[in-house]
Amino acid sequence: MSRYIEPILAIALAILWVSPLVVAFWAAFHNVSDAINFRLSAPLTLENFRIAWDGAPWLRYFLNTFLLVTLILAGQFFLCTLAGFAFVQTRFAGRDTVFILVLLQLFILPEVLIVENYRVAASLGLLDSLMGIGAPYMASAFGMFLMRQAFKSVPRDLDEAARVEGCSTLGVLWRVYVPAARPTYLAYALVSISTHWNNFLWPLIVTNSESTRPLTVGLSLFAAPENGVDISVISAATIMVIAPLLIGFLIFQRQFVQAFLTAGVK
Amino acid sequence: MAGPRAIQGPAMTDPLKLERRRRAIHGWLLLSPALAMLTVFALYPSVATFWTSLWSRGTRRNPSEFIGLENYRALLEDPTFWKVVWNNLLYAGVTIPASIAIALIMALWANSRIPARSFIRTAYFTPTVLPMIAAGNLWLFFYTPSFGILNKIGALFGAPSVNWLGQPDTALWAICIVTIWKEAGFFMVFYLAALQTIPPDLKEAAEIEGASRWTYLRRIVLPLLMPTTLFIFVNAMINSVKLIDHLFILTKGGPSDSSKLILYYIWENAFAYFDRPAAAAMTIFVLIVLGLLAAFQFLVLERRTHYQ
Repeated sequence: MSRYIEPILAIALAILWVSPLVVAFWAAFHNVSDAINFRLSAPLTLENFRIAWDGAPWLRYFLNTFLLVTLILAGQFFLCTLAGFAFVQTRFAGRDTVFILVLLQLFILPEVLIVENYRVAASLGLLDSLMGIGAPYMASAFGMFLMRQAFKSVPRDLDEAARVEGCSTLGVLWRVYVPAARPTYLAYALVSISTHWNNFLWPLIVTNSESTRPLTVGLSLFAAPENGVDISVISAATIMVIAPLLIGFLIFQRQFVQAFLTAGVK
Repeated sequence: MAGPRAIQGPAMTDPLKLERRRRAIHGWLLLSPALAMLTVFALYPSVATFWTSLWSRGTRRNPSEFIGLENYRALLEDPTFWKVVWNNLLYAGVTIPASIAIALIMALWANSRIPARSFIRTAYFTPTVLPMIAAGNLWLFFYTPSFGILNKIGALFGAPSVNWLGQPDTALWAICIVTIWKEAGFFMVFYLAALQTIPPDLKEAAEIEGASRWTYLRRIVLPLLMPTTLFIFVNAMINSVKLIDHLFILTKGGPSDSSKLILYYIWENAFAYFDRPAAAAMTIFVLIVLGLLAAFQFLVLERRTHYQ
């Protein structure tokens, strides 16, 4: 008997853990009075999705989030590749000091600096623009650190062989280091995409129009009590917003978990 | 002996030195884009935050003037600030141990031979990929008084209906639960990876010695997981400052500030009350705490792991 206890508890916890999602999913397909009274046999409906979809410019929000995530990732790849490479190049004066500054940066979260970052964004004319949302995250200390670790494992001989062949510094980076770090790029991309797809506070502060607002901010406005939509419609909107990432996660689960591991452990 | 070498000068011809200089220039060039961005969006704002915190809040009549540490004094006298600090300590004190403990249990289960293991792993990890905003919406279903599931379950046992988010005694706890739900599966992944590096011989040896499963766990597994636990701990500390998005959906810090956390209060001061100096002073406070955490990480934890 006792050997069944743990599996049962494990499964019970798993069910508990997905229950908020399952309940919302179920509610999204039922009309609100059926949903809140838990009439399990009530008919399915797509009405909530129709109401939710008509209630806000979701297509625009999806596009904004997609562009934002792409922009941030491109910026991070560019800046962190160059910086990570600089940190594994031969030692030069000041390199280690800069590295310590970068490590410190791991703890100074962009979220905490909202007050002054807002002023910086304002003075650069970046308010209410995708660049304004993305820029503070691009020189990611975490990304530089990650790329440095990845480049470190590239054999020295490969580097020197390429230089003997006449490759320039950037040539070596592009032909030797970047291909060797492909798994790290994939891991970093997954972590970055899921982080910024979900990010809320800074985008809330910087954006004030439909044309830049990402999904999370759009969802919070849509679900605000003042808006007066019922819980089934909120559920439908929530399911819509999380669907792309959730489906991606369920398909590429192994890669996602591996990505978070690579990103965390290194 | 002033040979030709001295005439030409050492710096000009020594190929090693030239190469070194070339590399240094390349190094700085490679770093410069990232450094420029870091300066604009991290270094400068940090310094500017401190500077802002030394000035009074300007109004149309009274322009902002230099007042030294006056904002800090005002902050220390602001009961809401202390309320919020206390809330955040409670938030950290509850969510960190709870999510670490649950993560460990999850990892032990997800790592053992158990039916439906892949479903279990997926279920535990799924909240990690959801936005906090969405998590807030999902949990509304559990907390809302009129139809919340918690009250439905409570009613089965004859418990009175509770407005979980609407009363000071329970609001912060409700917030904590959402955070634990969101974090535990994420931390589980790190434990899972660490568990898989423990050689199976250890378990066999423990079994031969007649050690119970509990002894094996306490004496062998937990010590081996210590570095992972510390890593998770630091992350959880950072998260206890950062994870506040669900407040916007669930409580907005209320009722009467009972679930308000520091970062939310900073946001409120800066963007709802337009009191930037107060927000800046609070930001400095948070930066100091994070700085101490960084020092702890680098001075205490880095003895184990080496970034080499």
